Formats: sequence, C-alpha cells, structure tokens
Amino acid sequence: MAYNCVVLAKQVPDTQRITGKVMNDDGTVNRSALPAIFNPEDLNALELALQIKDRFGGRVTVVTMGLPGATRILRESLYRGADAAVLVTDMRCAASDTLATSYILSCAVRKMDYDIVLCGRQAIDGDTAQVGPQLAEKLGIPQITYIEALEDLHDNTIQVRRNIGNGWQSVKSRLPVLLTVTGEANAPRVAAAKHLMKYKKARTPAEITAEIKAINPNAVEAEIKELSETRCDAFKARGLLIEQWNLDQVEADLTWCGRNGSPTKVHRIQSVVLAAKESKEVEPTDEGLAAMIHELIDDKIIA
Amino acid sequence: MIDVNRQGEVWVFAEQHGGKLEETPIELMSKARHLADTLKVKLAAVLGGDEVSHLSTELIHYGADKVYLVEHPLLRSYQTNSYAKVILELIGKHKPQIVLYGATAAGRDLAPRVASAAKAGLTADCTDLQIGTHKTGKDGEVHENLLFQIRPAFGGNIVATIINYDRWPQMATVREGVMPMPEPNPNHRGVIVAETVRLAQDDLPIEILQEHKRAKKVDLKAARIIVAGGAGVGSKENFKLVWDLANCLGAAPAATRPAVDLGFIDHDHQVGQTGTTVRPSLYIAVGISGAIQHQAGMAQSQKIVAINNDPEAPIFSIAHYKIVGDLNEVVPKMIRAIKEKGIKD
Repeated sequence: MAYNCVVLAKQVPDTQRITGKVMNDDGTVNRSALPAIFNPEDLNALELALQIKDRFGGRVTVVTMGLPGATRILRESLYRGADAAVLVTDMRCAASDTLATSYILSCAVRKMDYDIVLCGRQAIDGDTAQVGPQLAEKLGIPQITYIEALEDLHDNTIQVRRNIGNGWQSVKSRLPVLLTVTGEANAPRVAAAKHLMKYKKARTPAEITAEIKAINPNAVEAEIKELSETRCDAFKARGLLIEQWNLDQVEADLTWCGRNGSPTKVHRIQSVVLAAKESKEVEPTDEGLAAMIHELIDDKIIA
Repeated sequence: MIDVNRQGEVWVFAEQHGGKLEETPIELMSKARHLADTLKVKLAAVLGGDEVSHLSTELIHYGADKVYLVEHPLLRSYQTNSYAKVILELIGKHKPQIVLYGATAAGRDLAPRVASAAKAGLTADCTDLQIGTHKTGKDGEVHENLLFQIRPAFGGNIVATIINYDRWPQMATVREGVMPMPEPNPNHRGVIVAETVRLAQDDLPIEILQEHKRAKKVDLKAARIIVAGGAGVGSKENFKLVWDLANCLGAAPAATRPAVDLGFIDHDHQVGQTGTTVRPSLYIAVGISGAIQHQAGMAQSQKIVAINNDPEAPIFSIAHYKIVGDLNEVVPKMIRAIKEKGIKD
C-alpha cells in the first residue's frame, strides 16, 4: 500500500557557522553574515518520507514558504529523490509568526493529497518547534512530535518511537498524521547523480520568466508572458516545473497572514554581549594555579 | 483567542506525569508569582490528570492562589489532544491574561496546539519574563503591563523581547533550569477549584504502546561546581582529565555539544542551548572555545575559570580567571594544587 508524504522544509540562516557580525550597527540582523542552508532536521523529515516511499511507494512532495531564493532547497529535495516541490511565496507572507506561517502552510497542504505530513522538529533560526504542532491543529489531524524511528506502517496505521526528553515512547496512530522528526531519526541521503542531472533544470515560473527576460531584453510584457507560459507548460510536461503559489492561489484568508495574522510582535532585539565584570589572568604555573585555588577557597567558592 | 482582559489571572500549566510534578513548572512558579503580584491579579495553576488532587497542596505551597483541578481517567497519561482540550476549555471559561508552560517535551508539544486552536500568540523557550510597556511604531499606541517574553534567537546570537498586545492570552514556554527552584511555603493559602471537562476516546487519537524512562546520568542543575570539557580536550581518553579534575573537586563533569558529538561523554552531560542551563558557584571550562550556544547555558555561573591555549578564545571574554596554556599541563598542575591545599588545611 502506497502512502503520499508532504514534507515541510525551511531555508534558514546557518546559525551554527556565523561569519562576521550578526547585528548591523542599526540593530537589524545582518543576513549576509549568515549563509542560507536547508534546515538540518527538515532533511531528516525528507529522508524519513523518502524511506517510506522506497518501502511502500507513493509520492513525496516538498513544500517551503519563503523568498524565491528558497527554491534552492526545493531543487536539493528533488536531487535527493522528492517527486515534486512547491514554493509558497508572496510578499504578503512577510513578518508572519509561527501562527500565521502554520495557517498559510495549512492552506497549501490542504490542496494536496496526503497521508503523512512531515516536518523537522524545529528550525535552527527560531528553534521554536511550534509550526509542526500548529499545522497539525489547523489540518485537524493528530501530531506525533520528536520522532526517533519509524517502527511500523501498515493498513493506514503508523507506529513510531518518539523522544520524550527523559526517555522514549512507542506510539501508534491512524493516518493521516503529522510527524515532527529529530536529527536522531536517520542519516539523510545525499543527492543522487541521476536526479541531479534531471532536476538541475527544474525551475519555478518566476525563474523561467526571469530567464526569458534576460534572453529577450527588448520584448514587451505580453510577449514575455506568452513565452513564459509556453515554457512553463513544457517544463511541467517534463516534470521540471517547481510549482509556485501565492496567497490567492492557496486561498488564504489575509486576516490570518503576515503581520496582521501574527499575534506575537518584536518589542526589542539585542545583540548578545556577555562579559565578566572582573577578570584576571592566571599564569599556567604551579604557583599561579595554587594562588588561584587559594583565592577560590578564600571566597568560599571551593569548600 | 480572547480579548485583552486586564483582570485575567496568571496561569501556569502544572505538568505532571504519574502523579509527580515536573520540575520546570515549579521553577516557573516564583516568576509567575512575581508577574501576578505586579499585575495585582491571582496566580493559578492548571492541574490535569487522573487522581492528582494531592498535588494541589504542593502547588499552593509553591505560590498558587488557585488550583484548577481537572481529574479524568482519560487524562492518566499525557496526550496532546486531550490535554489541549482541557486547557482550551478553561481558557475560554476563565479568560486568563497569561498562560505559561515549561519548555519540556510535553510543554513544547502542547502549547503550540493550544495556541493554534485559540488563535493566540505563543513564544517558545523563554529565558526571562517581565512586565513592561510597549509603544507601537506606527501610531505610537501605548500598551502597558504587557508580558515581555524574552528569548534567545538565531542560535543564541541575539536576544529578542516578544510581546502580544491584542490576541490573548499571552502565552510562553519557559526553558528548563533558567529560573531558580522556589522554596515551598507551607503557610501559603490557596483554593482548589474542581473543573469538569468532557472527554471521550476520540480525544485520544494516539495509542501509547510502550514507554521507557531513564534517570539522567548526572544532575548538572544541582551541581555546585562543574568541570566541563570541549572539543579541545582532543579525545575520549584524554577526557579523563576532566573527570579527574571533577573528582578531586567533588564536581559534576560536563561538556560542550561538539565534545558530546565527538563521543567524549554522554549527552546527559551537555551544557548549552541544546543541553542543560546551569548556574553553579564555579564553572571550569577546559578546552572550550566558548561558542555563543555554549555560553547561553553557563554564563550565569558565579565564577568561571577558563583554560585554553588560544588567547583569542571567546570563552575568555566571560571568564573570571583566564589561563592561557596547554590543558594537558595545566589540568594536572591544578589537580596537584587542589590536593596540596587539602593536605595543608
């Protein structure tokens, strides 16, 4: 029996490998100091979906909400074995908090045929782990968080092991269900050469239009539009079109999107500068270290 | 969501498993007490479970003015949907202004489900909570007495203060170990309010087949002295230096995430953003460069000693005692110095 999986992925700044200053002098985040990557645990979610497809059949569709640049992680998903990819992009998504994001994603996922929805446990930029459970609630399906292993899947029933912090739990649920996947669940596969050869040409309609404009700098709007449409159809026929949806296409109610749809707002952001109030250098010699130990004993830090 | 309700109470979700309260919601109680006093409203704990009424008194001793008690056989084990239903019904009925949860595995599973259904805001993993005033940028509207939800973001590189001024309750999960455990006060008085929530088997879509709990190998939060090693220690064999130094100080051995990832020591010993947050009297950092993610978990230590051969290592910016040198030489010398002191005294 085949199962259709929808994987939610996010392109994130690589907060583990920061180059340069994180904050600009005006207090905004300096994104250029943060290279953009595929959120690590979303790769584990994708891997789990691909394993389900390998064993039981079905399709894997990857969805991301973000700026057009996030198309890169969609192509990476296709290189690894996903069957289709969808970019949800719209300027009206800007400033969405987790509640608005999960609402927009739920509108997109509703358009698809799914048995299992998979997300990484959390994204490394916000570390909130909120979008998965919120999306499950919006879709009206159960959630199973912190998956470590898939134990069984048959007759529309899934059994998984989840990490509960101080141990683990083995749980069972009927499908459809939403899973959030941890880094312990698997080792994500790398891109396969045959997928890479095929999908390196995969494009979103926006990318196709931009390419057409670049080759035909003197063409008028109507011509560009016609050329783009023809080319998009051709890409779609070859399975190379990355779907691109805006908020109208996913039929989102704008009340719940973007800044308006976000109850949480930023009051203030501060750069983290930690510094000891008093500090002294200790010579790495017997005498220096003995003096330090003596001081710590005098201060009753060491009993 | 509910409207802004200035008379609303401050709530703490009193997470319990098997009739025993989790530590994180208890840690939260003293901060929540302070918030409620500042706002001049009552502090209530929300306690759900099966045969858990005995925990009500404990919660009152930790500062609750009220305990909303919901007992039901279907609440015996924690499950997302059944517990979310309980909280949502109580929120709808009593309209609290603040609802706080421990950022435990269950708290981080439950709170977003509740927030989504309530269409209310939620901030994850706060390290501090305050009451303050926010002025909106656009029209300069002033909102007083809001919950400032303070949390690290971008891998701990920035600290953000989050607010929610229109779609209440204001909700947040709070990190484990960032607030000191309060002392119970047996003289504190409070009332127990029994509530009924209708639950059916449909509210439990998940079947728990098996559960395995394990005791942590080390209690870093309770340790007075911690000796932590980083990737700079070099190998699992060499990590013995960290254990030796810890042993002669009666300290708990700990590590950074890279050291754990390299297999030098078990994850239970990890200090930092993805590990335990600690605030011991003395923290000795051995071969730790001091990535911001690690600092986030230990910068509150009373005294910090850092040993590193790189004088530019970021750990030195927060160290009270800076020792630039080869840890393979410094640590044995330190052990000798400690042992000699012991003999002289």
